Amino acid sequence: MLNFATRRFALSLLILFVAVTVMFLMIRAVPGDPVQIMLGPRATPELQAQLTAALGLDQPIWKQLLIFYGNLLQGDLGTDVFSGRSVTDIVFQQLPFTLELIFASILWSATLGIALGAYAAAHPNTLIDRVAAAISVSFVAAPAFVVALLALLVFAVHLQWFPAIGAGEGFWDRLDHLVLPAFAIGLSWVGYIARLVRASMLEVMGESHVRTARAFGIAERRVVMVYALRIAILPVVTVIGVGMGFLLSSAVFAEIVFARPGLGKLVIDSITTRNYPVVMGSVLISTALFVVSTALADLINALLDPRARTAH
Amino acid sequence: MTEKLLEIDHLCVDYETGRGDLKALRDITFNVNKGEIVGIVGESGCGKSTLISSILRLTAPNTRFREGEIRFKEQDLLQASERQMRDLRGSDISIVFQDPMQTHNPVLTIGQQMLDIQHRSKQSKADKLSHAAKMLGAVGIPDPDARLKQYPHEFSGGMRQRIAIAMALMSEPDLLIADEPTTALDATLEVQIIERLQELQREFHCAILFISHHLGVIAELCDRVVVMYAGAVVESGEVREIFHNPKHPYTRRLIECDPGHIKERARILPTIPGEVPDLANLPGGCIFRDRCDQAMARCATEVPPLDQLKEGHHAACWLNHAEATS
Repeated sequence: MLNFATRRFALSLLILFVAVTVMFLMIRAVPGDPVQIMLGPRATPELQAQLTAALGLDQPIWKQLLIFYGNLLQGDLGTDVFSGRSVTDIVFQQLPFTLELIFASILWSATLGIALGAYAAAHPNTLIDRVAAAISVSFVAAPAFVVALLALLVFAVHLQWFPAIGAGEGFWDRLDHLVLPAFAIGLSWVGYIARLVRASMLEVMGESHVRTARAFGIAERRVVMVYALRIAILPVVTVIGVGMGFLLSSAVFAEIVFARPGLGKLVIDSITTRNYPVVMGSVLISTALFVVSTALADLINALLDPRARTAH
Repeated sequence: MTEKLLEIDHLCVDYETGRGDLKALRDITFNVNKGEIVGIVGESGCGKSTLISSILRLTAPNTRFREGEIRFKEQDLLQASERQMRDLRGSDISIVFQDPMQTHNPVLTIGQQMLDIQHRSKQSKADKLSHAAKMLGAVGIPDPDARLKQYPHEFSGGMRQRIAIAMALMSEPDLLIADEPTTALDATLEVQIIERLQELQREFHCAILFISHHLGVIAELCDRVVVMYAGAVVESGEVREIFHNPKHPYTRRLIECDPGHIKERARILPTIPGEVPDLANLPGGCIFRDRCDQAMARCATEVPPLDQLKEGHHAACWLNHAEATS
């Protein structure tokens, strides 16, 4: 197990390195001189040259990359071009808002999705199963930004059950502000996870070991909940791990619609202003988040499935 | 002495399918006495698995019990409630399934699975575990206490099948159903498993219903044999009688085709030409007619009944009648 974890960690670092390097090069391939955009059309050439030097943009690209990694290893993501604040501070100030949103979304969508899928699989081809299927498919088909806007309109504006914008102060207020955005980006996941669990459950329920468990008179509830579900949720764990990437992108919509602070909003704002250090910093943290979550999913899988520990 | 434990009485089982009813079992009658080992032989698709799942009532949802009874200790299992069936499964009737590689739950330790199947016992967890370890020792798993902490994939196929046998015998059942327990294993392991079964049978005095298509194993292990073909019993009787004096052409061909019986080197192994009839659309008359080289006119029109030829020897073939009348 420890060996598995070490190898998985090394792989994560490699993935992170490649992803960040590609990102670094891509952002510099975006057309338009960042210095001109930042300073506007009336800036003097001296001013432009000064900023170019400050950003290190006069250096060859490989040297820029080396400097970037050198700083990164010291925990320095650079400084915000406009405010002069440390990018590390800015990113880590925004990170908790995105994390709580994503975590809340996964928590409710996975719980409901697994329950719905397992229930449907335990009663295949019944009315319940068909209703669950209809619900799941319509959930999957609902894009996060549409759900976000509708939820805002219905629950915040008309019914006024939940606050419309911001992230709130203090635990309960923040939780209150989380409900609508988490609902919006988690909804399609409920359907997706339910479909996945149902298919996976039906497959496992047909396997010989389930028949063995039944042939020993083990209670049906235990057969479904322990003998089958523990195997059936393995693919769900992987999908949720990879799904962090999608959730990060849907979080951008939710953060814009609900005017929430967060990484997504930070990335969008800094891209429009060509604020390179901030873009790089927030993308780096998002990538790290994604890499960590897939690694975590693999580790959880290895904990749940003894075969996975030795297979890799 | 010959107290009846399991009686299968004129059992007819269909599967409802899109093409109409598949007549998987037709008029099956035989019994298993206390402490007796009965073998069931037949090709794949002859209804062996349907029979076993019917006894345990672990059948697919499209199964229909049309006629007949399955009596276990005088109780009709087809009329029993789901609750009563669950009480029988894994306590009075146990089963060892065919494929040892798939039979255990892959994500739970062997110890956990052996604990779970003792769900009826009021013993403490420690006592249950030591009982499990004792059973593993009895089937020849070395170092059973440590092995209880391992997962199925850490055992070889032969070991997993021995674990399955240990699990099935743990409740000291009256009837052990063994569904081709050695088919997935190689020949050396097969002998080991069979010897182990014999020893355990002597120790626990349970009856065994042993399903196999390996005649050598049946001859070695069983007291009586039931030969099935296309969902019906074609012949049944004492092992010695069936092997030395088969009264149905199908049984004769099965014995001829058994590699263990072939004395001369042959380039091509003998087979029974033809195919098993379509169970959804059965022809009239004898079901083995199309593949039988001794078929007569009568075989095409009338179904031969399973007649008693002598004490304990039954066969369903018109040839035996021809002998009797001529």
